[in-house]
Amino acid sequence: MSELVPKVQLFAAAVPPGGAPTGPRRRRPPLLVALAGTAAAAVAVGPIWYLVDRALERGWDNTVDELWQRRTLDLVARSVGLAVTVTAACVLIGVAAAWLVVRSNLRGRGVLRILFALPLAIPSYLSAFAWVSWDRDLAGFWGATLVLTMVSYPFVYLPAVAAIRHLDPAQEEVARSLGRSRWSIAIGLTLRQVRSSITAGALLVALYVLSDFGAVAAMRYEVFTWVIYGAYRAGFNPTRAAVLALPLIVIALVLVTAEARARGRAESARIGSGAARRGAQVPLGRAAPLAWLMSLTVLGAAVGFPVYRVIHWVTTFESTEVDLGDVSRALGKTLTLAAFASVATVALAIPVGILAARFKSATSLAIERSTYVAHALPGIVVAISLVYIGVRVLRPIYLQTPLLVLGYVVLFLPLAVGAVRSSIEQSPVGLEEVARSLGTTSRRVTLRITAPLAIPGIAAGAALVFLSTMKELPVTLVLHPTGTETLATTLWRYTTISDYANAGPYALALVLFGAIPTALLSAALFARRDRAAPGLRRRD
Amino acid sequence: MNQNPLHTDRRTVRRRAVAVLVGLVLLGTACSSDSESDGTAAPGTTASPVDTEPAVAGSLTVYSGRSEDLVAPILERFTDETGIEVAFRAGGSGELAAQLLTEGDASPADVFFSQDAGALGAVEQAGLFAAMPDDLLSIVSPEFRSANGQWVGVSGRVRVLVVNPELVPEPPTTIDELLDAKWKGKLGFAPTNASWQSFVTALRLTRGEEGARTWLEGFKAQEPVAYEGNSAVRDAVDAGEIAIGLTNHYYVYEKIAAEGEDAVVARNQFLAAGDPGGLVNVAGIGVLESSSNKDLAFRLVEFLLGETGQTYFAETTYEYPLREGVPVAEGLPALDSLQPLKINLSDLSSIEATQELLSDVGLLTL
Repeated sequence: MSELVPKVQLFAAAVPPGGAPTGPRRRRPPLLVALAGTAAAAVAVGPIWYLVDRALERGWDNTVDELWQRRTLDLVARSVGLAVTVTAACVLIGVAAAWLVVRSNLRGRGVLRILFALPLAIPSYLSAFAWVSWDRDLAGFWGATLVLTMVSYPFVYLPAVAAIRHLDPAQEEVARSLGRSRWSIAIGLTLRQVRSSITAGALLVALYVLSDFGAVAAMRYEVFTWVIYGAYRAGFNPTRAAVLALPLIVIALVLVTAEARARGRAESARIGSGAARRGAQVPLGRAAPLAWLMSLTVLGAAVGFPVYRVIHWVTTFESTEVDLGDVSRALGKTLTLAAFASVATVALAIPVGILAARFKSATSLAIERSTYVAHALPGIVVAISLVYIGVRVLRPIYLQTPLLVLGYVVLFLPLAVGAVRSSIEQSPVGLEEVARSLGTTSRRVTLRITAPLAIPGIAAGAALVFLSTMKELPVTLVLHPTGTETLATTLWRYTTISDYANAGPYALALVLFGAIPTALLSAALFARRDRAAPGLRRRD
Repeated sequence: MNQNPLHTDRRTVRRRAVAVLVGLVLLGTACSSDSESDGTAAPGTTASPVDTEPAVAGSLTVYSGRSEDLVAPILERFTDETGIEVAFRAGGSGELAAQLLTEGDASPADVFFSQDAGALGAVEQAGLFAAMPDDLLSIVSPEFRSANGQWVGVSGRVRVLVVNPELVPEPPTTIDELLDAKWKGKLGFAPTNASWQSFVTALRLTRGEEGARTWLEGFKAQEPVAYEGNSAVRDAVDAGEIAIGLTNHYYVYEKIAAEGEDAVVARNQFLAAGDPGGLVNVAGIGVLESSSNKDLAFRLVEFLLGETGQTYFAETTYEYPLREGVPVAEGLPALDSLQPLKINLSDLSSIEATQELLSDVGLLTL
């Protein structure tokens, strides 16, 4: 029985509706798209070029000596162990949550849909500090796992929601007609079909965990980022920091390659004939209270507790007067920078996403993968590499807004690339095939058909970049235009002198104004299909 | 299970959502253009030029590892007195040193104001500082400035034990007493923190490699708890999670300033005269060779080392003034009763040997 699905998909992929003899893979991309994609890859790889250059500054011997030690093995084990554990937990939570709000009949799932995405608005350093200042015994591996899972499971949840909503119910109906139970269908069939979306989200989580410093610092868990920061802070040694970042690049390359392989084998896309339908809601029955309990636990740990702690700081500590004008100015700067960053990042992500989804080749895959690697690097490393590039090549914009925005692009490009790519992949190739068969040029097809198909992904990618930029600290601290303060840098400024009462309002503003785009993001995710097939909605 | 209300509303919801998003972006743009158009820089920026100021005598870019909130008031006074604007870039001392080393000759910075002598030493070694005029150097006693005249200390910070009096009625006064069995598992430190590593460097310089190793091994055997920074160590002592922490002397005062005297349990214990645990480190300042405003930069150094500057640090940050004759804050022991170790602070910058020793002993993951 389980053989059925891959065969159907294989069939769908090999003979796309429209019946064009050549698959999309062999087509050459329009020059414009190819050039823009290459430019995006060049931007993303810039910091890596710097790092390798810096690491080898004192020669190969030094690099080998530095790395050929037992402690490197320890660090790899710790970093990878944390990344694997957090990613596994995120997949469990993200997929379960997505299935609950899309396919179950859980009462109140309309609210849960939005709430489940809200942790995106919580910075890891804030969540970590909230937990560890409440109970110091949480410090260590499990504390870091808790915090990183709670802040990053939405990276699995969101693509899982999109993919599950996109599934053609026909396969499940066939499976049911052949006598499989609802639960076995949910696990054996539904999940298999959305595997590629889940692995794409899992990759983002794993790379993020490798790069995060805020959570592991507060939780005192010594991974690569901890040691890299130490090389800067106590060692005043950028070369050692660069050397220590090399293993992170290697790990990232391995993860990215593995994910691309997994994705390649489980090709997605609804079989494109007829209008899209929504699958039937699965009744939870007596499991409903348990589902609610689990949902509330996750939401409480991810959102409720950090927010409660921030409010607690604001109300408990003796406070000097908080200047709301200052808060709103910092908020204004933050939103402006986030808007610039999301526009710039998405602009570069669109060609990469189109190449990866529609013009598959070794080159386009290499371009796409290269945009992911910098995501595993700690912010400080990306920041210092942009200092290097900035003073040498981009002097006129050094310590100006454009260079800072470039830093955000390097950090967050994969968030947008993944969203754009999957949204194109999930739309049928048929539309483009038809246009081509009518004599439209490749470039026009890309601009007029493929790019608009990516609009949902573009919106989702833009929102993710917007949110991540709002929370970003290390790159902002190093590259901000002199005199500019964001919510995150002001929060940092007050917490470094332990002034939590003054830090509180900035933390609240960060979470509150991060919650708005997050809610929009999940609302948009659920609004999409209703427009596509208003007449075919099912009720149960 | 009628879902109709939800469904019919969705399109409207989406439209509203888009409207809110657009509104947010506009708000952001409006707010930021506000702050630019009214002539002042962003909030909290020090020494924003006052429009009524008759003439602007120039401007300086300061990379500061010292917190803006602590030094902003004194920099504002500098601007008031001299008409020289100060553009302030805050960051960690180590990160800023890395930024300066990476920028090299192309740095936009005029001045590096560091929280730690080690970071100054690193920039000095890279040859990026300009020689400091003798009349500025001579204000500060030689042990608190660069041996090569490249940077000068502005204020002193002393390594202390921060103790929880409820758990430690009779605090130890030497680092060797910390190795007593009764403190096992009750000590805290910040292994990656520069001032902890400076202390270990001082230990090496005073007791030699073997002497330092012996103490560190004893300390390691006490199973001390590692924290991310000095503030975390202090908070842990305050919360009673550990009994004694090794930090700098002003952390407790910071917490008291933020939360009030009654809310803070932790207290400082200064170490006995001659004990290497009581190292006096400095926050200091250097002028970049690449600066085109060196004269103005030296005026800033002169101001910070003057009566006004030194009194400010003594009273506001509870640090030790380094200019002779400026009194220390109430309750602090005098500086010369604390600095028996005649070590060269520039030697604190060569901490790779310290890090290797710490790594060897197992107190630092390098």
